[in-house]
Amino acid sequence: MEIKWYIFLSLALFCIGIIGALTRRNSIIVFMCIELMLNSVNLLLVAFSKMHMAGANAFSYSMASSAQIFVFFIMIVAAAEVSVGLAIIVMLYRNTRSIDINFLNRLKN
Amino acid sequence: MDAIQLIYLVPLLPLIGCLINGLARNALSKTVVGIIGSGVIFISFCISVLIFLQVSQEGFVTQNVHYFDFIHVDKLIIPFEFQVDQLTSLFLLIITGVGFLIHVYSISYMKAETQSGFGRYFSFLNLFVFSMLILVLGGNFVIMYVGWEGVSLCSYLLIGFWFKDHENNDAGKKAFIMNRIGDVGFLLAIFWMISSFGTVSFHELFNEQNGIITSLTDINSPVIIGITMLLFIGATSKSAQIPLYTWLPDAMAGPTPVSALIHAATMVTAGIYMIARSNILYSLAPVTLAGVASIGLITAIISAIIALKQNDIKKVLAYSTVSQLGYMFLGLGVGAYSAAVFHVMTHSFFKALLFLAAGSVIHAMNGEQDMTKMGGLGKKMKVTYITFFIACLAIAGIPPFSGFFSKDEILSAAFAQSPLLYVLGVGGALLTAFYMFRALSMTFKGKFRGTSEQEHHVHESPATMTIPLVILAILSIIGGFIGIPEVFATNANKFNDFLSPVFAHSTQFMNQQAVPHQTELILIIVSSLLMIIASYWAYQKFTNYAPATAADNGFVKAIKNKFYIDEAYEMLFVKPWHSLGAFLNNVFDKKGIDGIVNGVGKSVNYGSRQLRLLQSGQVGSYLLLMVVGLLILFIIQLFTK
Repeated sequence: MEIKWYIFLSLALFCIGIIGALTRRNSIIVFMCIELMLNSVNLLLVAFSKMHMAGANAFSYSMASSAQIFVFFIMIVAAAEVSVGLAIIVMLYRNTRSIDINFLNRLKN
Repeated sequence: MDAIQLIYLVPLLPLIGCLINGLARNALSKTVVGIIGSGVIFISFCISVLIFLQVSQEGFVTQNVHYFDFIHVDKLIIPFEFQVDQLTSLFLLIITGVGFLIHVYSISYMKAETQSGFGRYFSFLNLFVFSMLILVLGGNFVIMYVGWEGVSLCSYLLIGFWFKDHENNDAGKKAFIMNRIGDVGFLLAIFWMISSFGTVSFHELFNEQNGIITSLTDINSPVIIGITMLLFIGATSKSAQIPLYTWLPDAMAGPTPVSALIHAATMVTAGIYMIARSNILYSLAPVTLAGVASIGLITAIISAIIALKQNDIKKVLAYSTVSQLGYMFLGLGVGAYSAAVFHVMTHSFFKALLFLAAGSVIHAMNGEQDMTKMGGLGKKMKVTYITFFIACLAIAGIPPFSGFFSKDEILSAAFAQSPLLYVLGVGGALLTAFYMFRALSMTFKGKFRGTSEQEHHVHESPATMTIPLVILAILSIIGGFIGIPEVFATNANKFNDFLSPVFAHSTQFMNQQAVPHQTELILIIVSSLLMIIASYWAYQKFTNYAPATAADNGFVKAIKNKFYIDEAYEMLFVKPWHSLGAFLNNVFDKKGIDGIVNGVGKSVNYGSRQLRLLQSGQVGSYLLLMVVGLLILFIIQLFTK
């Protein structure tokens, strides 16, 4: 399969993520959209890694393996972020009995 | 004992006196302050006499006393050094001697001051003498400049001594600012000397064997003319010559002994001393010398004319000082350096005497200075009257009083240069004789014209005031005999012989064709007769002075108003300067600079007030901004490849 399909898919996921994050008010959905964006990037990284694997020389080989390792790092960071983010959402719910993200502007005062 | 080793004490003692009187002025009684103030000057005077005796010995060579390096930058070394030669020792005697008499006189004159004011007064007086001593002792132009500035400061402090009256402050400021103009000239001359000769020490510049200036031979080189002109600008301010003389008449705002000190012992003779000290430089620049002579002559005549119509006794004396200083510059300008210094000496005797006698009159009149309100004081104040009379004879140049010898020496040197200078000089001297005897008659002769209360108050001054008068009167009579001209007795001009080593090198540049003795004798007799006639005429004319009833015509009015020179300066310099200042203040500073400074503040304030609105707390808008930012970065990335 050509690389461009991977890129289109990744771009689509990313755009869905962005639009979701910008338009929705439910904080859990916003959160999920952010995860979607992260994973679209992960997808792109893996796809490029695969592409470089097909290449012959040693340089592109090392590039390809480091991209895959990079994906794992992102996953770990995302996991950590999820735990913190969900905790924030739980606290938000406890305080406001709602998970509407616009309630967060009360922090302003 | 080697008196030169003690030279540092001469300026140090007045400084100590200044510190004691200044710092402990509230603790010490007036008697103690007076004793300390006069005592230190007296000890300085004694040391000066010792130095003078050593200097006047046969075979004395100029000595240079080096203390420490004052400025040491790269190759330029300016040491703190004193130079002792004939000229210095003579000035030391004048400054400390006349200064001492003025100090003694001040004890009585200022006794009405508060205790603190009395201490302050003597402290300033001592500081004044100290500065002047530094000026004449300094072994290079920089040390001389230190003293030069010192006397400026002290004149400011003392002219404005009664600072509660605002006019006195203005007079003090005027003196200080006028002097500042000249100081710039002096300072530039110093810089120029450093850059072209690499040194400012007298002994390196003027040394007879291998001095830098002494070995120069080309006359009228531009550098020398420039330096001498700048130095002369300094001298015109300090010694009150046209165009910078207007501070001196205003300086009368100070106490009368201060005027005596400024006019006789310190301050105004500084310019003469400076030119006499750098006579070798001036001899190499005849162009400058011609300028010096003409400025001196013009000043002498104009100020003598102004003095004719002044009614304030101190103003008359002030203009007479300006006029006499003009004669000294005339003497310097025609190359008769020792005659000029001779006139400095005799002038310091009779001018100190005139001022102190005038002070005695003012004291008796309870502060009144207007001569139209005096008259007939001679009967009640015998000592003051007689001494003032002697001083008038001396300043008028009537033989055999001291002024005659010195003025005659200057005038005969002027005659050798050009008879025109002589005629104008004699004309000015006639005016001098006239206005001095006018002042004498108006003050001491005729009927008393003041209030009866003042008449009752008139009394002879106490002994501490009259004794200095008597001593100065004796000096005014006999002071001239050390410089008897060749016409009367060969080799009797001791003064010339004494100073000749200082001016030895200059004489070779001067083509002094000696005036034939017969001519000189005739000139002396004619001019003396004219002086006597002018004096007698004025004496008679103003004996029964009555205020003129008719309105003054144009010229007399111009004289009374001092030729409107103050007003002209006001129009030409002060007003434009003020309006420039007002412009800079109102437009440049308040609108321009303040506008920029406040504008920066205002725009930051405004900008941050607008940016603050972005922080809305809406998570969605933050995200949107983030995305927009990312997009912008992408687009930039895309198009800058």
